[in-house]
Amino acid sequence: MAAVVVLAGAGTWTAVAAGDDTPAVHSADRVMTVDGVRLDTSYFTAGGTGRRPAVLLAHGFGGSKDDVRPQAEKLAREGYAVLTWSARGFGRSTGKIGLNDPKGEVADVSRLIDWLAKQPEVRLDKPGDPRVGMAGASYGGAVSLLAAGYDDRVDAIAPEITYWNLADALFPGGVFKKLWAGVFFSTGGGAARFAPEPAAMYERVAESGAPDAAARALLEARSPSAVADRIKVPTLLVQGQTDSLFTLAQSDAAAKAIRENGAPVDVDWIAGGHDGGDLEGDRVQTRVRTWFDRYLKGDKAADTGPAFRVTRTGGVDSTDGAARLRGASADAYPGLNHGDRSFPLTARREEQSFANPPGASPPAVSALPGLGGGGLAQLSSLGVGVSLDFPGQFAAFDSAPVAGDLRVTGSPTVTVHVKSTSDTAVLFAKVYDVAGGGSQVLPSQLVTPVRVEGAKAGKDVTITLPAIDHKVEEGHRLRLVLASTDLGYASPTAPATYTVSLKSDLSVPTAPAVTTAAAPLPSWVWWLPLAGAAVALALLLSARRRTAGPAPDPALADVPLLITDLSKKYANGDRYSVRDLSFRVDKGQVLGLLGPNGAGKTTTLRMLMGLITPDGGEIRVFGHAIRPGAPVLSRVGSFVEGAGFLPHLTGRENLELYWRATGRPAEDARLEEALEIAGLGDALARAVRTYSQGMRQRLAIAQAMLGLPDLLILDEPTNGLDPPQIREMREVMIRYAAAGRTVIVSSHLLSEVEQSCTHLVVMDRGKLVQAGPVAEIVGSGDTLLVGTAAPVEEPVAEKVAALPGVASAVLADEGLLVRLGPDGTAQHLVAELVRLDVPVTSVGPHRRLEDAFLTLIGGSA
Amino acid sequence: MSTLTEVASGYQASRTLPLRVELVRQLKRRRTLIMGGILAVLPFVLLIAFAIGGEPGGRNSQVTLMDTATASGANFAAVNLFVSAGFLLVIPVALFCGDTVASEAGWSSLRYLLAAPVPRARLLWSKLVVGLGLSLAAMVLLPVVALVVGSAAYGWGPLELPTGGALDPGTAAQRLVVVVGYVFVSQLVTAGLAFWLSTRTDAPLGAVGGAVGLTIVGNVLDAVTALGDWRDFLPAHWQFAWADAVQPTPEWSGMIQGAAVSVTYALVLFALAFRGFARKDVVS
Repeated sequence: MAAVVVLAGAGTWTAVAAGDDTPAVHSADRVMTVDGVRLDTSYFTAGGTGRRPAVLLAHGFGGSKDDVRPQAEKLAREGYAVLTWSARGFGRSTGKIGLNDPKGEVADVSRLIDWLAKQPEVRLDKPGDPRVGMAGASYGGAVSLLAAGYDDRVDAIAPEITYWNLADALFPGGVFKKLWAGVFFSTGGGAARFAPEPAAMYERVAESGAPDAAARALLEARSPSAVADRIKVPTLLVQGQTDSLFTLAQSDAAAKAIRENGAPVDVDWIAGGHDGGDLEGDRVQTRVRTWFDRYLKGDKAADTGPAFRVTRTGGVDSTDGAARLRGASADAYPGLNHGDRSFPLTARREEQSFANPPGASPPAVSALPGLGGGGLAQLSSLGVGVSLDFPGQFAAFDSAPVAGDLRVTGSPTVTVHVKSTSDTAVLFAKVYDVAGGGSQVLPSQLVTPVRVEGAKAGKDVTITLPAIDHKVEEGHRLRLVLASTDLGYASPTAPATYTVSLKSDLSVPTAPAVTTAAAPLPSWVWWLPLAGAAVALALLLSARRRTAGPAPDPALADVPLLITDLSKKYANGDRYSVRDLSFRVDKGQVLGLLGPNGAGKTTTLRMLMGLITPDGGEIRVFGHAIRPGAPVLSRVGSFVEGAGFLPHLTGRENLELYWRATGRPAEDARLEEALEIAGLGDALARAVRTYSQGMRQRLAIAQAMLGLPDLLILDEPTNGLDPPQIREMREVMIRYAAAGRTVIVSSHLLSEVEQSCTHLVVMDRGKLVQAGPVAEIVGSGDTLLVGTAAPVEEPVAEKVAALPGVASAVLADEGLLVRLGPDGTAQHLVAELVRLDVPVTSVGPHRRLEDAFLTLIGGSA
Repeated sequence: MSTLTEVASGYQASRTLPLRVELVRQLKRRRTLIMGGILAVLPFVLLIAFAIGGEPGGRNSQVTLMDTATASGANFAAVNLFVSAGFLLVIPVALFCGDTVASEAGWSSLRYLLAAPVPRARLLWSKLVVGLGLSLAAMVLLPVVALVVGSAAYGWGPLELPTGGALDPGTAAQRLVVVVGYVFVSQLVTAGLAFWLSTRTDAPLGAVGGAVGLTIVGNVLDAVTALGDWRDFLPAHWQFAWADAVQPTPEWSGMIQGAAVSVTYALVLFALAFRGFARKDVVS
């Protein structure tokens, strides 16, 4: 036994990439000499000095130890001592590729285990026998199986997408898998990098296009199947569904053999494979780790997963267009022939003949190694086919439409009778899934090649079709196709005619025990909407509490409006728009709310309508406190700050819809009365957007009067009206109040309120200036302005003031301002003035209110 | 005479602004009619496009739903939904829910409704229900017109799936109902956003534009793959989940997640709208 010699060693602490709780991984590169071959190795450990199980990670064909470094570091952090190495002929290791020669690559593994046994942190089962597991994909998976067979110190293995019998893999059915074999050998670096025996074997077979017995013997001797009865360790077999190189049949053979030896075996069919597709790296690595946790660390609680798991495609992920994968699992591995169902291939059951073209060209197309074949193969599970058969080069046998969904899991089988014009016939058998429209897909793009010797005489052949996991939709047909060529394989180049006929039904395996797991929905799907509903509820409930108002006051039931200490400051305003405003309006009054622009009239009315909320104070209408949407507002009609109509509707529709929006009976509206006040005539049938300002104004006032509200609020109602209409409006208001209702009119124009109002509230800069009956504010008696041709002298004015019936007389700009006493009349005054030689040109009533107003709001103008 | 009378005769807060009245108010609007017109005309535009441009697809090997557009009426309807779901159907939702309150504020009719008085929650409720109803009608209108037009042009037949296989017309119709239902639910977040903005502004265009703009921002964010799993919480991430229903075996998880995200955002946004509007000073 050759000893391992460490030639050079160098240790480096790798940086910690993840969080603080992730232990740093120590990696040391060493070159070891085994049997004259220098092996490039890396050794990974993390945290502590305690003894731990070891894991040997092997790389795939054409790769090097660097490929498995991320997985090694992860395993090291999980508490394993991990050794990786570049196999002979790969990376920086020397030596020739021996295709996992028991005396070469497999022996190397034993030397590495020797080395591991000497490491202080590696747990030992007994001296020289470390607790060690092996994992790797493809070429590395095979060496794991082989090492478990040749070295009984290996305690658990997890080979991925690898072969059990390399002869079966490269020469299936006695047919040379030329495309994949070529890729395999050229990836190795050509003949020069190979050991002489395999190099010669490949050249011989590739040239002849047909494998010989010696080639088979060489590959079988170097395959795990050669030590089938000696692999007795727990084995996790991960195999690819889109893998025309190492098919599911390979892992099936391995699973059977190892289970026969009494070791636990789990089988996991991943979506991808050598043809491409999703290798599910993260999931597989996690499963491999739990496998080692269970069988190396001895952690009985570690969940190694189901005995059989298959990844199924659940359609396309609409968020990124990727295929959606789902796991289906069973408590037992069903094998490839479980639960067979028979499908008679009824359509065109008779004998069919087809040609093998000279030169075997053009070939049919199925799987394409390295050409994105995996992506294409995966599409087959979505119902897209890219396979190709040339007319005249194949026979097809269809089943009846499938009743109910059919899930094929395993290898269908069929027996056919083959006759050929040549001695040797090579057929490629495949089962298509044919949709109702005639489009067909080849599940996983896989075919089974069959070499039939002595076909001239005719021969019955039982064909085991490719193992697949594929769902056939209801109504689809199964189509058995036997073709004479395939791009991936070497077939006879001599022209021939093949004649085939069916000897049996198509037997299709199903594994009903394998059930698809429910789609894994993240938990937030449930709690997020609930949390959203809770937040929404909290938002609504907390708002509702704040809008509750005080109780109604029965004492004020007949008081249309009582405003107490009302204040409002807009959020973006710098001063109070309304400050400590208090006034009262009684039934039957026409109240004028008078003040210059900006006095706070409109703000007060907005609060009165519940449109804005006061900062302080209270508004009561008929005893009910006003808050947004207070029901008592149904007794209030309002026209504030101009009209508000839906421009696309006619005047009449607007009023009708407004009334319907109040929810009150149509007969209470008094629509016709209101429309009469608006006086719009034919214009009522026109869209409001065509109205003039005055027309909208009148329509809006009509709207305010709909239902004859007990309290009518009109804000600047005469804006935009012409004089006759203004006069008419005044009369409307006076009549309205005379019927026992109450009207509030706001205006900045004195003339408007003076002539129609009974009471006044004068506001300025948000404050109440004066409130009371018009007469009270105006004062008693009549004031006359006497216009004179020339300015009047002061002594004359005094004389006038002394006249009987005259209370006072003062000089004004254009003449004399005379207030008559209780017994004075204008006629007497004029007569007396003429007697005093006052050049009278006119006598008229003086706007006393205007004076009062200006005096009251003094200085604001 | 001195008894307290709170309301005018016949007034009941719960009867104000009935849905029927709000529907009439909105239905006669030009924007409603134009939107309906666009959605009704789109299938004809596509029909003409296919007639002029020949059979769809064939330029590359990628098989899409578009390539099957002329296979049957059902396919044509599905394609119409496919081209519209990303953006076109966002517009009516944003319009009907975003414009509804803001435009009333703009016309000043809002204050008369509120002083009628229509209770604020009641007003929002009627407007929301009608807005969502019109949105749903828009989403139903498009595939229905497309189905009729497509069936007339390409025949009534099974829904050919781009991934191969076909769904018989009955199943296809059910799936299209599922698709419309999901598109509607997934647009609730847009509706919520538009509706909330609508209660915050007097400018209808601001509310509609804001909702559409934020939907676009969501799409952009969803394209940032660096966000990783956080994108699951973007409504835009799930906007095409309805395509899962147009597969041989319908896949529900995407639609469930998308609906969960959309409903969550929508609930909060609707609540924000109701809360803000209840106390808002209406000065327009």
